[in-house]
Formats: sequence, C-alpha cells, structure tokens
Amino acid sequence: MARAVTNRRKAIVTVAAWLVGIAIFFPILWILILSFKSEGDAIKTPIEVLTSNWTLESYHTVQERSDYFRHFLNSVILSVGSTVIGLIIAVPAAWAMAFVPGKRTKDVLMWMLSTKMLPPVGVLVPIYLIFRDLGLLDSRVGLVIVLTLINLPIIIWMLYTYFREIPGEILEAARMDGASLKNEILYVLTPMAVPGIASTMLLNIILAWNEAFWTLNLTAAKAAPLTAFIASYSSPEGLFYAKLSAASTMAIAPILIMGWFSQKQLVRGLTFGAVK
Amino acid sequence: MATQHSRAAARLMISPAVLLLLGWMIVPLVMTLYFSFLRYNLLMPGMEEFTGWTNYRFFLTDPAFFDALGNTLLLVGGVLLITVIGGTLLALLLDQPFWGQGVVRIMVIAPFFVMPTVSALVWKNMFMNPVNGLFGHFAHFLGLEPYDFLSQAPLASIIFIVSWQWLPFATLILLTALQSLDQEQLEAAEMDGASALSRFYYIMVPHLSRAITVVILIQTIFLLSIFAEILVTTAGGPGTASTNLTYLIYVQSLLQFDVGGGSAGGVVAIILANIVAIFLMRMIGKNLDA
Repeated sequence: MARAVTNRRKAIVTVAAWLVGIAIFFPILWILILSFKSEGDAIKTPIEVLTSNWTLESYHTVQERSDYFRHFLNSVILSVGSTVIGLIIAVPAAWAMAFVPGKRTKDVLMWMLSTKMLPPVGVLVPIYLIFRDLGLLDSRVGLVIVLTLINLPIIIWMLYTYFREIPGEILEAARMDGASLKNEILYVLTPMAVPGIASTMLLNIILAWNEAFWTLNLTAAKAAPLTAFIASYSSPEGLFYAKLSAASTMAIAPILIMGWFSQKQLVRGLTFGAVK
Repeated sequence: MATQHSRAAARLMISPAVLLLLGWMIVPLVMTLYFSFLRYNLLMPGMEEFTGWTNYRFFLTDPAFFDALGNTLLLVGGVLLITVIGGTLLALLLDQPFWGQGVVRIMVIAPFFVMPTVSALVWKNMFMNPVNGLFGHFAHFLGLEPYDFLSQAPLASIIFIVSWQWLPFATLILLTALQSLDQEQLEAAEMDGASALSRFYYIMVPHLSRAITVVILIQTIFLLSIFAEILVTTAGGPGTASTNLTYLIYVQSLLQFDVGGGSAGGVVAIILANIVAIFLMRMIGKNLDA
C-alpha cells in the first residue's frame, strides 16, 4: 500500500519535473531546430517550421559570409589562454596559502575576492584609454590579459578550497623522507591536486568563454570572440533567424557540454566555497 | 611545522598573484578617481582641466541617473525575486525522487551556460518579436493582438530574459544545499507528526537560509553589471526606459566620449557595489573560519 502511494507520487513528480525542465530548456531546443531550417521557413508558424524540410544551409552561410571559424578560434584562444596563464599564476599562490598559512593569509584571500567585486564599468574608461595608448584595443593579447585578471581571484579561491582538503600529513611525511620542495610539488602534491585543477580549469574556461562586458567593449573585428560576433546580429539585414540560430548553436554547444560535466564544481567555484 | 625557509618560499609564490591583482585594482581605480575630477572629453583633446566636483554634480543631478538607478534596482530586485522563489520551488521539486533525474537536471541547468548575447538575441527575435516570434504566432493563433514586449515593456522583458539565465544558478545552489540536509532529521520530524508545511518552514528554510543569502549576494554582484543583454536588445531604450547604471556609464564614456562624467559615474557605481560587497565578504569570511 505504502509502496503504491510512493510510486504514484513519484509519477506525479516525474511529470511535473519533466514539464518544468522542458519549458526551461525549450529556447535552446528551438534554436537547434531553427538552425536546420531555411531562412524562409524559420519565420513561419511553429507547426509549419516543424513540418518543413531540414537543411544545413545556414551553417554553410554563417561560415562563408562571416568567417565564423575565426571568431570561434578567438573564443578558444581567449578562454583557454587566460585560463592557462591564470593557473600558472594561481597554483603556486593557492598552494602556499593552503599549506603554509600565515597570519595574514585570510586577509589576502579576502582582499583578492574583493577585487572581483569591483564593477567593471567603474574601471572601463581607464582600461580603454590604457589599451588605446598601448595599441591593445581589438587584440587577443589585451583581452587575454583582462580575462586572466578578472578571473584570477576565482581561480585562486577554487584551488585554495581544493588544496585545503589535501591532508597536510602526507606532505610532512614526504618532507621527512627527504623530498625537496620541487619533488614534493611534482610527485606528491600534483597527483592529488589534478582533479581540483581540472575542475577549476573547466569552470574558468566557461566563465571566460561567456564573458560579455570586456569582450564587447574592447574588440571591434579582429579579436572579436563569439560573444561579440553574435552581438553583431542585433542589427541585421533581411531574414536572419536561421543564421542566428546556427551561429548561436555553434557558439553555445561546446560550453554547454563542458558545463554539464562541471555542475558540481560550478556551485563550489561560484560561491567561493560557501556552498559545497 | 612550517620552517623559516618554507615561509620565504610561500611568500615568493604568492607575490606574483598579489602584485598583479594590486596593479589591476589600484591603477585603473586611481585613474578613474583622477578623471572624475577633470573636464575631459576625448573629442576635445588637450582641453583637460581640473573642475572639482562638477562631474559628480552633473551626473548625480541628471534625470537619466535617477532613471538608471531606479532601473538598476528594479532589474536586480526583480531578477532576485524571480530566481530565489523560483529556484527554491524548483530545487524542492528536483530534490524528490523521480524518473530521469539526470536528464531533467541537465535541461534545467543549461541556460546558465548560454552566453548573454545569445540568450538576449534569441529571446528578442525568436520569442518576443511581435511579427515572427513564437509569442506573436501564439497571440495570432488565439486571435489576439501581438504584443511588442521589448518596446512596450522593455525593462520587464529584460528582467525576464536575465531571470531565465540566472534561475539555473539559484536552483543548482539551493539543490546542492538541500541535498546536504540531514534526512534523519526530516524523518524524525515526520514521525513526531510535523506536517509537510511545518517541516519546510522549521527545518528546510533555516537550513537553506545560508544558501539563499549566498545566492542573493553573488547574483547581486553580477546583476549590478548587466550590460550585454541591454546592449543587444533595447540599447537602453526607448529613452532611458531600460538603461541601468552600467549602461548609462558606458554610453557616457564610450559613446559620448565624456571621460570625466563617465568616471564620476564609475566611482558612484563602485561605491554602490561596495555596499553589497561588504555583506558578501562577511558571509564568506565567516565560512573561512568554520
């Protein structure tokens, strides 16, 4: 008896959850469908859209007319580049703070976090002028620098929360056995830290890929990543729904897949360890 | 225990990160402060001069500033209200056992990974466009007049779009918090005859309050800086109907080339963000001790 009730309850929850899930996911599903339609069909009523022919036309057009791949490459270079450089700077810092904490370690961490609270628009003018004078406007180098710096606090924090969970005794044992600092890092710490570093990397690539304040303000054409490329569809000419859908699908697909793998780390990274 | 040697090494390892962040913070901040006291327009180079508080006076008495401030509060408040309430309900739903949990979770989280320019343009064109959008088709089907969301209710439409992006974040965090709730405590309460409502109110809400605070604070930081969604949908219009503080300062500094005025606005934005930041830092700091 109790079991039947549970099953009925489970069925009701299942229906409700799926309905809500599909409703939330629907816009993404819809652009996926539109991206395989011709421009003429993409603006028709939903029934006509679903029954019309499927085509890869829009994907071709997006690549040929607007050099989609270059923007894609810019996005990859910016997000991966800034993440790798960020990690090179952050790993030693987080390691030191987790394993050799001093009196002021906590203050340093909190201060780093506070730089993240600075609203970007508050420093937009000086950064823009500095970039203009150094010739960094619309350059990949300039954007990699900015993206590295805005995400550095998150990288350090995430790594710190991971490193803190590694038992210090193991490091002490290695030290007692005569391991040098270099060997300690290379052979003891690194293997244990790799999962944490990997998830930090994943989350940071996602954040950098979707960053849409600096990438929109500091690029024009040459270094424009996908965020800026898609923004160019805000003042289109003629029919463009299928093309916008195709470009959008390609812009979000890689990050959507990565995101699904990093759900758990996302919570931790974005709340600076406050919710695990 | 840490030796003298390892302390020195630790300091060396931290310093690049500290120096970089210090430079990133101090240099532009000092420049913004300095510019905010200058009459400085990029269209009139070489005409810079010290003007004291003039930029602030102009910025703070500009009717556009009050519109933008109001819009910023509505945008942040509206999105918070929708995402926190919606996120709590959704987390409670997804926390129940049901078939296909993994798939539904993936679908619910997905919007968070969509870049802001894509989600704004997709909602603007494929859904809210009165002629070709899905809502327009639907209105037509029902025999109603199509509604032009972005020109007739621009701010509400943007609040809706941004809520769609942030609902997954709130849900995910609240769900994580719910799952760390002690199940035995709930069962014990149930056996003692506590109703579902009082279990929710006396056990779940106190347990979730911390996560909700975190959601509110972190979202506020990001929501104060909403920019791309406004740029590609309404460009702040009509008039200033959907201009927030970030967008206003962007217009002033990069479209009107008024560096002095834009910088004064930037300082005001920094002060406002700091008020929120202080609360957030306290929360996270407490957690660090625990």
